[in-house]
Amino acid sequence: MGEPVLQLEQLRKRFGGLVVTDDVTLDVMGGELHAIIGPNGAGKTTLINQISGLLASDAGRIRFAGRDITALSAHARARLGVARSFQITSVLSGFSALENVALAVQARTGSSFRFIGRVAAEVDLNEPALAVLNELGLTELATHIAGELSYGERRALEFAIALAMQPKLLLLDEPMAGIGREESLRLLDVLQRLKGRLPIVLIEHDMATVFALADRISVLMYGRVLASGPPAQIRADRRVVAAYLGDELE
Amino acid sequence: MSGALVFVQVLNGLQFGVLLFLIAAGLTLVFGVMNFINLAHGVQYMLGAYLAVTFYLMTASFLLAMVLALLAALAFGLLLELAVFRRLYDRDHLDHVIVTFGVIIFLDHGVKLVWGSAPLSLPIPDLFSGSVRLPGGILYPTWRLVIVAAGLATAILLYVLIAHTRVGMLIRAGATHAAMVSALGVNIRRLFTIIFGLGAMLAGFAGILIAPILSVEPGMGDTVLILAFVIVVLGGIGSIRGAFVAALVIGLVDTLGRSFSVDILRLVMGPSPARTIGPALASMLIYLLMAVVLYFRPTGLFPVKGR
Amino acid sequence: MQMSLKRLRPHDGVPILIFLILAAIPVLALIRSEDYLLSLFERLMIFAIAALSLDLLIGYGGLISFGHAAFVGLGAYAVGILSAHGMHDAIIALPVALLSSALFAYVTGVVCLRTKGVYFIMITLAFGQMVFFTASSLAPYGGDDGLTIAARNTLGGFALFRSEGSLYYLIWGCLLGAYCFCRMLVGSRFGRVFRGAKENALRMETIGFNVYRFQLAAYVIAGMMAGLSGFLLANATEFVSPAYMSWQRSGDLIIMVILGGLGSLHGAIIGAGAYLLLEEWLSAFTEDWKVIFGPFLVLVVLFARGGLLGMGKGLVRRLSGG
Repeated sequence: MGEPVLQLEQLRKRFGGLVVTDDVTLDVMGGELHAIIGPNGAGKTTLINQISGLLASDAGRIRFAGRDITALSAHARARLGVARSFQITSVLSGFSALENVALAVQARTGSSFRFIGRVAAEVDLNEPALAVLNELGLTELATHIAGELSYGERRALEFAIALAMQPKLLLLDEPMAGIGREESLRLLDVLQRLKGRLPIVLIEHDMATVFALADRISVLMYGRVLASGPPAQIRADRRVVAAYLGDELE
Repeated sequence: MSGALVFVQVLNGLQFGVLLFLIAAGLTLVFGVMNFINLAHGVQYMLGAYLAVTFYLMTASFLLAMVLALLAALAFGLLLELAVFRRLYDRDHLDHVIVTFGVIIFLDHGVKLVWGSAPLSLPIPDLFSGSVRLPGGILYPTWRLVIVAAGLATAILLYVLIAHTRVGMLIRAGATHAAMVSALGVNIRRLFTIIFGLGAMLAGFAGILIAPILSVEPGMGDTVLILAFVIVVLGGIGSIRGAFVAALVIGLVDTLGRSFSVDILRLVMGPSPARTIGPALASMLIYLLMAVVLYFRPTGLFPVKGR
Repeated sequence: MQMSLKRLRPHDGVPILIFLILAAIPVLALIRSEDYLLSLFERLMIFAIAALSLDLLIGYGGLISFGHAAFVGLGAYAVGILSAHGMHDAIIALPVALLSSALFAYVTGVVCLRTKGVYFIMITLAFGQMVFFTASSLAPYGGDDGLTIAARNTLGGFALFRSEGSLYYLIWGCLLGAYCFCRMLVGSRFGRVFRGAKENALRMETIGFNVYRFQLAAYVIAGMMAGLSGFLLANATEFVSPAYMSWQRSGDLIIMVILGGLGSLHGAIIGAGAYLLLEEWLSAFTEDWKVIFGPFLVLVVLFARGGLLGMGKGLVRRLSGG
């Protein structure tokens, strides 16, 4: 519990002349829910992309469970236990909800270079997949095609996929964005249950959610970490209030 | 392998490259801005040549024939765009490939019906039908120099168009991010039509230029098409600059490769194996080059697409 | 598309019917004493195998390969070249055909699969051209004109290929085997990952799948299958030529796959059949049948989504549902 699970050291990413992530240093402890907030364009999604491996950083290091993963590909990091959701929900639209989740189970169990055997009938993939779908209240939708689900249901499905990976680190990019009240309550409930069980990095705009859930908050501004600490400290930090929170708090 | 011979082949390579650029320029724009794979671009080139022959037979003036052929090529390109291609912009690449492939089949055989399958030719205009004496005492066909000049002039005009006019700016923006351009309220349909027409004219122009020195026959666009694609991919889709550089490189590599492969190989192996492997290697050279470049730069030399 | 294999049961009727019809052709040919039927359907089945392998890539993997005919040509030339050196037995020719196409698929796949979209289409086209030009310049093996093969392969000494009837059923067996293999592959663990990569490659990567490796494996498998069809083609026609691997041929293969219905496997067989039969029928009318064919293709793509299978399903639905 002493060592941080995720350590970002002076991460930098530039696109042409624009520096999107600038000297970002922060860490996430085991079981901690670490929220990252900041105005649009502050570089939050880019940061998540760098952590999950979809973007190669120009400078800096990323350490996961003590291991330097800066040079690892996205799929290698996923195998190590880094799971993520996307800002714009990204599921396999032509597959059923069950298959989406079963694939995540498949990725961590056994070899997928098997040419024989009907994968759709594999109980040791379907059962854990169903269990995860249950947890998220998606049981009845298991055989529905993912592309036909409502936006909120697809969001929940994305959660399910991430959970089915039995991740050691969860990266959530604005999971509450664009979904209705009922569904956001459900997701909130899931997040509450997950809190403490595994480290979570949460990007969110909804301050109520952030201050309710976060153990620590980092404020990103123009790609730099403006402040980082427990919610109370952030709330009281005048620079943060002036620059970003303003009247969002009250 | 004398210096003079090398010089001649370099000129030939430049001429070939410049011609390929004319064809590739239209192709890369259509790809880059409209995201449309147009396999039928090669037939625009072929049609340019055929139309030049026909109009020359009618008017006995190369200049007139060229102007008329250019206009006819433009008209035909616009007709194709209006009648067929316009419906395809929202479809996926596979549909583009199939439809334009169908157009190639139709036109490759269609020209046979209209003009017959025997190769046709066009005489070089008298003014340029001689040779120029180059340093070193070699005689080089004037018309080939005309092609190089015409191609370079077109390249400069294109550059001015793209870099310094409003339409050019829209083209560059469209190549980087077409959806954004549309969202900004630009009449994207009109832009597409302009780009397509421009490309068709450039390809037709190339066909007209080559008609006096190459035999005009059905299917002549096909080999050239593949090379144009290699150039577009090599240069980076949507990049005129990339197409120019790549076209010259390909033109030179291909021409010099074909001329000197046997000689170069003879330096490292016996004459007989050199003579068998040489031509084979020469034909593969461009593709090997493309493969190597794409291995290190999967989006070409001068990628244009924004993030 | 195709979710769980459970849902495919009603559709199994179509492939079964296809194979029954194909098996009955020699009987028909015998009754009507029309030998050319045998060779026509042999070619049909051979191209069906090639189309199957391409459907695997395009229909299930989203990998639009425009150089697939190269593998067919490699398989064919393996037979031709070995035959020219006096080696007529399939025991050598078949493994060589399969191995050379697999090797070429691997080496080119390593490069091609680093690219996406249009770049992928172009680079596969270019590699196909490479093979085409290489074959055209092989003067000792016929060069541009191609090479006539002295005799068909023997199989371990047995003249299985040399009797028209047994060759036909041999090809039929290969097609059946290829079809069943593809069916199995598509529904396997590997198949699911491959299909998922077509759907959303980024998602697959972030779940933990190295999409590149899966696509490369599929590319090699498809290449080998096409190499098999080339091997059979050389035997059936007793001739090999660079035309077997022209880019037009690669285009024809794509058309066959689309015509029948992408991503259904038996659609590829139907497509190959429709293409070749149409070619036979139209060329009886006019030498310039391709002038009609071109626009026909355009119309099919523009209006008939799902190819012939799609049209058929639509028809069935309309007849039964009203």
